[in-house]
Amino acid sequence: MSRRLRSRFGPLAVITWLYILWSLVPVLIAIRISFNSGRSRSAFQSLSLRWYYDDPTSVWKNDELRHAMLNSLRLAGLCMLLAVPLGVMLAIGLQRWRGRTSRAANTLMLVPLVTPEIVIGVALFLVFTQVYTGVPRGFTTMLLGHVTFSVSYVVVIVRARLISIGFQFEEAARDLGATRLQALRMVLLPQLGPAIFAALMVTFATSIDDFVISSFLSTGVGTETVPIKIYSTGRASSTPNVNALATVMLTVTMLAIASTAVVLRRWRRHGNDDAHIVGVSI
Amino acid sequence: MVPLHGRLSTRLWAGLATPGTVWLVALFVVPVYAILAVAFGNIDPILRTTAPEWNPLLWDFGPFRMILDRILDPDDLGAVFIRTGLFALAALAGCCLIGYPVAYFVARTAHRSRGLLLALLVLPFWISYLMRMLAWVNLLQTDGYINRLLGWLQLPSNRNWLDGDWPTVVIGLVYGYVPFFILPLYAALERLDVRWLEAARDLGATPVWTFLRVTLPLSIPGLLAASVIVVLPMCGDYFTNSYLTGGSPRTEMVGNQIEQFLRGSSQPQSGASLVIILMLLLVVLMAYYLVTIARSQREASA
Repeated sequence: MSRRLRSRFGPLAVITWLYILWSLVPVLIAIRISFNSGRSRSAFQSLSLRWYYDDPTSVWKNDELRHAMLNSLRLAGLCMLLAVPLGVMLAIGLQRWRGRTSRAANTLMLVPLVTPEIVIGVALFLVFTQVYTGVPRGFTTMLLGHVTFSVSYVVVIVRARLISIGFQFEEAARDLGATRLQALRMVLLPQLGPAIFAALMVTFATSIDDFVISSFLSTGVGTETVPIKIYSTGRASSTPNVNALATVMLTVTMLAIASTAVVLRRWRRHGNDDAHIVGVSI
Repeated sequence: MVPLHGRLSTRLWAGLATPGTVWLVALFVVPVYAILAVAFGNIDPILRTTAPEWNPLLWDFGPFRMILDRILDPDDLGAVFIRTGLFALAALAGCCLIGYPVAYFVARTAHRSRGLLLALLVLPFWISYLMRMLAWVNLLQTDGYINRLLGWLQLPSNRNWLDGDWPTVVIGLVYGYVPFFILPLYAALERLDVRWLEAARDLGATPVWTFLRVTLPLSIPGLLAASVIVVLPMCGDYFTNSYLTGGSPRTEMVGNQIEQFLRGSSQPQSGASLVIILMLLLVVLMAYYLVTIARSQREASA
């Protein structure tokens, strides 16, 4: 009993809970400020939706803020649709394809994970301004950039699942007369379901949150995303409208994460035991 | 029994891996090489535009050497590099002081009650980094809640935090990156075999002694991995700093200088040279991190 008490109320517990408060309270304050009825960005005022809907500079009525929001969502959605198929195919291919080229591709796939974002940003900026000049700069290049850093995440998530599945189900299907592609499509892909779903959500969330790559590849107004908008106007803004913008995007991300958690839990209940990938993967 | 590794299969697996590999070559390898081609390339004497040089035999190292000289000069870019290193070290120290106790506590919490703690630790991952910085811009306004709290505590409360104040940058870096530090460290501490700790206790070691002689040495690899994970992005960070200081030259870091060369004053060659030097300084950390990931993947598949 005494040991349990100590672990629950000891100094380590106090530090941990203080840390959790410190990590979340500032964000909660920022959210609360977004509902201010006045212009203050440093203190609470009475509640209103002014900076979401009513004011001409609000998220809904201000063109730039609304565009930033739509851009972020479009970018994240398309990035998901491109990066996840690419990554799933790459993960399956790399797991089974033996040879020197495969080992090189395997290492290559991991390098973007350890490269500082600014390096990838500069590299893409230079290549699109100096070499691939035919690609229209702006949204297209931003999308290509987002897919590039997302593919590696997808591979890592999917591969963890591939390893736990093993080969025996596919081999059984092959013994029963399925072709390789049939075994892949009808046996392996359904088993990869939770991992693919988790990869979709992780890609969506990292793309929505990305600032460095977007900002190096953005060409200004019209291609701005929410993080770019928070960066460029959040500091100098005289009203909490940027707080409202950030809160809207946070809500979208949280809804996506919550629905992922629900779906994965249901999946797990139906027998797929290792669906707890989302939280641990990054 | 039909083998999955026949020659035909090889073609299928290689075919599946091809699109992703081609993508990474075209949009990662070529771009990274382009950094070298631009840094060691030429500048058109009339138009002042950059002409990348793709053939390493024709590379011109003159401009690169000039940047290197500026970095070795402690009154010029050297100061920026030293400052970046100091900020990253200070922020890393902050991460260790906050992150180690938290990771240790959660790893030692009973399985049943760990879920909520873990969920709360993961939550910052899903909150946009810049929103978390925006929150501090709100708090650190001159009439914000931090200064009010200081006033309430009878401390000097008119500090202008957001105007090139170095403690603000370090606090911002710690706040921004500590969640990325805690989770890998937690994973390492969680794997630590409890029997080691029990053995130490059975042999009469005090809790402090057990921690210093058993837990801490065994957690060194996890601690190193967690440190590398936060130090790498911190060394290239420019947005935390310029967002919290308004781009003050007093707190300028390497990332700010790179961003300015490329986006501000269009000197891509100098920017590319700086990126190369930054990469050379960080390559050991990157290699260590790469080996850690590769090893954990091999262990998982073994």
